[in-house]
Amino acid sequence: MTIETLFALTACALVGIGLYGLIAQPHPLRKLVAFNIMGSGVFVLFGALAKRGAAAGLPADPVPQALLITAIVVAFAATAVTVALLVRLIEATDSASLADAPPRE
Amino acid sequence: MSTVVSAAVVLLLLWLAVWTVVARDAFLAVAGFVVYGLLLALVWVRLAGIDVALTEAAIGGGLTGALLLGAVGRLRGTEAATATEGASAGARAGAAVLAVAVTAALMLGVLVLPEPVPTLAPLVVPAMPATGVGNPITGVLLAFRALDTLLEATVLVIALIGVWSFAPDRAWGGRPGPRYQTDPDGVLAWLARVLPPIGVVIGIYVFWAGADHPGGKFQAATILAAMWMLVQMAGLSDAPRTSHRGLRAGIVAGPLVFIAVGVLGLWAAGSFLAYPPGLAKPLIVVIEVALLPTLVLVLALLMNGPPRRGGPA
Repeated sequence: MTIETLFALTACALVGIGLYGLIAQPHPLRKLVAFNIMGSGVFVLFGALAKRGAAAGLPADPVPQALLITAIVVAFAATAVTVALLVRLIEATDSASLADAPPRE
Repeated sequence: MSTVVSAAVVLLLLWLAVWTVVARDAFLAVAGFVVYGLLLALVWVRLAGIDVALTEAAIGGGLTGALLLGAVGRLRGTEAATATEGASAGARAGAAVLAVAVTAALMLGVLVLPEPVPTLAPLVVPAMPATGVGNPITGVLLAFRALDTLLEATVLVIALIGVWSFAPDRAWGGRPGPRYQTDPDGVLAWLARVLPPIGVVIGIYVFWAGADHPGGKFQAATILAAMWMLVQMAGLSDAPRTSHRGLRAGIVAGPLVFIAVGVLGLWAAGSFLAYPPGLAKPLIVVIEVALLPTLVLVLALLMNGPPRRGGPA
């Protein structure tokens, strides 16, 4: 098996692991970490495809690699917004619960 | 030999991913995620993506990890309460089935990937001399796919506006985070005096080297932002007021210069973000130099979070 295939298959497993955590973990911060794992799986899969595209003397296709840098930075920005939202939720309600609030009287 | 190393990295990566998902509490999960991010940087090296590896180590593992660790501290008290809201055994089994199905479908896709491999590398290589930069990644980011980079810088600014809007009304325009107080003769304060000069030099080197070698503005901006965070955390300087006009101007300056260069291309080279022949390198340098301060400010302020104190009276 080539190294690209090995990492591509690993990436598929990472997506699955992250997806499971996103659904099964109740705490929003845990969901956020799991979502980042899932996202990194997508990135690694994309990176493995970039490595497959090695040609013209380059070790990998530079176009997907450059897009990966963009993706990592944007994922960080989205995580920062989510963390701020989460901290605000806790300050406002004293709870990190995502459960539906009981109906008001 | 290299196969053994790759197999070991893969096993460790999968183990850490499972660990972050099933760990007993959020702190352990985040600690696992930081290690996971560093290991991921190794994966990028194995996949011949040195630029991606630098970005992953700096932003994916470093900044995201620090951000999540900060959040764990704030959220400590809320974990026990949500523990009772955990998915039922049936729902967890459903999630596991779904996760396995998604993984299997993706793996099937990987195993039937097309041959010959589609690649844009043969188009990038002959076009590189026209850009005047030697690193193909930088060429893609600032010449062939400059629009993506412009949108990315814009996304960062919008994300910062999003984070700031979570400020309570009383703190709007004030300073983010706590005012850190540390022992002025302590280790942290000492490090915050010794490291920044070195960090700034390394940051600027990584920035400048990005033209021809792995590196570039994002990695450099992360290093510089980390230095600023260190000085803040050691209590040597306070976080800036988010209403400061100079600060806000600095935040939007990078994308605005980028757009201005794009419009110049419309007028001088026939399309938005096109570079006139012979002027590609100088224009790329102008964009990079304009973007660097913006990226440093935005990355550090995203880490700082929303304003919390010292708003309008």
